[in-house]
Amino acid sequence: MSVKILVFSTQNISDPGVDLAGSSHLPYSPGVVVIPVPCSSGIDPRWIIYALEKGFDGVFIAADGTDCPYLEDCTTRTGQVVARAQEMAREKGLDPRRIRMAAICSVCAEAFVNHMRNFEKALQELEHGK
Amino acid sequence: MKEPRLGVFICHCGGNISDVVDVEKVRQAVEGAPGVKVAQTHMFTCSEAAQQEMIRLIREHDLNGLVIASCSPRLHQETFRQMARRAGLNPYRYVQVNIREQCSWAHPHHPGEATRKAVALVKGGIARALRARSLEPIVIKTRPEAMVIGAGIAGLEAALGLSRMGIKVHLVEKEDRPGGLLRDRGPIFPTDQKGRELVEHLWREIHRDANIRTYFRSHLCGKEGVVGDFRLKICRDGEEKEIRAGAIVVATGARPHTPQPGEWGYGSEGVCTLYEFLLHLAEHPEEKPLFYRGRRVRRLVYVYCVGSREPAGEKARTYCSRYCCTAALYTACLVHSRWPEVTQVHLYRDIRSYGKYEKYYRRALGYGSVFVRYSPQSPPEIHPGGRLRVRVRDLLTAKQEIELEADLVCLVTGLEPVHSPELLEHLKLPVGKEGFFQEVHPKLRPVETMADGVFICGCAQGPRTAEESAASGLAAAAKVGALLLAGEVKREPLVAEVIEERCDGCGECVAACPYGALELSGDRVRVRESLCKGEGACVPVCPQEALQVRGYEHETIKALIDSLAEGLADA
Repeated sequence: MSVKILVFSTQNISDPGVDLAGSSHLPYSPGVVVIPVPCSSGIDPRWIIYALEKGFDGVFIAADGTDCPYLEDCTTRTGQVVARAQEMAREKGLDPRRIRMAAICSVCAEAFVNHMRNFEKALQELEHGK
Repeated sequence: MKEPRLGVFICHCGGNISDVVDVEKVRQAVEGAPGVKVAQTHMFTCSEAAQQEMIRLIREHDLNGLVIASCSPRLHQETFRQMARRAGLNPYRYVQVNIREQCSWAHPHHPGEATRKAVALVKGGIARALRARSLEPIVIKTRPEAMVIGAGIAGLEAALGLSRMGIKVHLVEKEDRPGGLLRDRGPIFPTDQKGRELVEHLWREIHRDANIRTYFRSHLCGKEGVVGDFRLKICRDGEEKEIRAGAIVVATGARPHTPQPGEWGYGSEGVCTLYEFLLHLAEHPEEKPLFYRGRRVRRLVYVYCVGSREPAGEKARTYCSRYCCTAALYTACLVHSRWPEVTQVHLYRDIRSYGKYEKYYRRALGYGSVFVRYSPQSPPEIHPGGRLRVRVRDLLTAKQEIELEADLVCLVTGLEPVHSPELLEHLKLPVGKEGFFQEVHPKLRPVETMADGVFICGCAQGPRTAEESAASGLAAAAKVGALLLAGEVKREPLVAEVIEERCDGCGECVAACPYGALELSGDRVRVRESLCKGEGACVPVCPQEALQVRGYEHETIKALIDSLAEGLADA
């Protein structure tokens, strides 16, 4: 089975981008599963750590970026969530490189697929580096 | 809670899903799972026949939860919510699982793994449905009054449109007269009516309308309350006045871009912006021959795209204002018809006189206007002085450099955003990357914003023609009318909630909430549901996990992660 990646996407912005990857028939690994949330600023770092502890190889935050319909400073806030999650990962002996974030807009299908491929490769390298 | 009794329905989507995912295998994998009473597959779950069958099963088995694994929730979430309602099931007890866009279509070459993923996703949906609660929309009574901010053409049209629907209007304008950018203008396209006459016509109607109250030299300086019943403050000369309104229309417009002195020769004698030239023409319509600030104009050069479509960079105006090509062409036609002796040359990047406005390009060409295309890599050089000259490389004649003598160089600039910090602070409207107010969706919700009850129109949203501004003003009025005349507003109940036993009243979440929806009440935090947008910015800052958004509770997300992790590990 492929590398297991949990993606937190946002219902209004990045989830349509992830959907578009599917409807454009741009394939990515079946090990990628998505949990949509209202806004990336509302992702709890504890959920990210929980996912890594439960066996996900990596967690990817598909952030709203500047398109966020809720918050002007969504990117900053989401960045803080990711930074906190990486800090918590270090404290727990988990590799912080297993957590990534990128802004995925509602038409960013190719960007999403590229991120997934690169992240999958990076996670495989981490496994082999063990 | 009652014993869970879930129905799980998996869609073939006519083969869109089942050509890759073995839907029967998915059904078997979840049939008999804890809480699942019914598990079925359907060729099209969205079909009326399938919906009737699901309604029958919900009633027959007294189901209290529903999972439908089909396409993206953007397509049919509302369809299935309504179906649940028809079956007597609370719509928030239904969970949509996307196994088409995010499974079968994304993994067409790995049917085995796609099926395993689909099982994991459906099990995740079951985990959510087991924790779903019956929720009711938040109902707020509406007040048939609206505030319109800005008395340009969009605001004037919005105010009149609202009044015609019987809604009382408070029209607030920061200046001492209505009209905005059209107020002092001569003829405008496409009707050739003078801007000032158009404004006077609308203003007369407003003046006669007892339903519209106007507040000049005033601005919004406070906002409380919720959609349907805002308590707003407007300030004028240091005095405050409270106004109640159910909705707000923001029609604050934009301003023409003015280059910095020296930039494109601006500030030198004989160099002006198109807007300045238009104001001059409006003031001196019959002057013969044509003069501009004491200069006799025989040779007029327009330079297009000044301050527009700039390369990306900090504060760069990367966008096209769209209206300015047509405005320049229309001006050229006006000059040709009144002062035929004037030679006019247009230095352009691309002519974007879209749709019916193409006629102004053809007309200017017919009058004798000369068009020279330049490249943004070698923009025209303007050499001011006693003998005003413009040097340009003509893209269409092998980039030959030509030098033009000019009496007047007219810089065709676009529009740029103008927002008062107070307005941004009080309305908390999202601003797009170009600096204009951002609608929820340019096609589906073109005048609505993420701030409930706050609508945008006209150039506050982005550059547009007077005709487009008027149409968007009326669109905003129609949306406000639909909202306020219904008598009540129903809002999604998926908002933040406090787990009281965990909350220690530290107040970190209060500072994190961008909407002022959280407040400290004694040693506990309280959610003002009508203000909460449910984005969850408060959730990660709470050290105690005491805040969560309904539908995305900590336990629900963790259960979902468990199911997904187990489902993928089973492979």
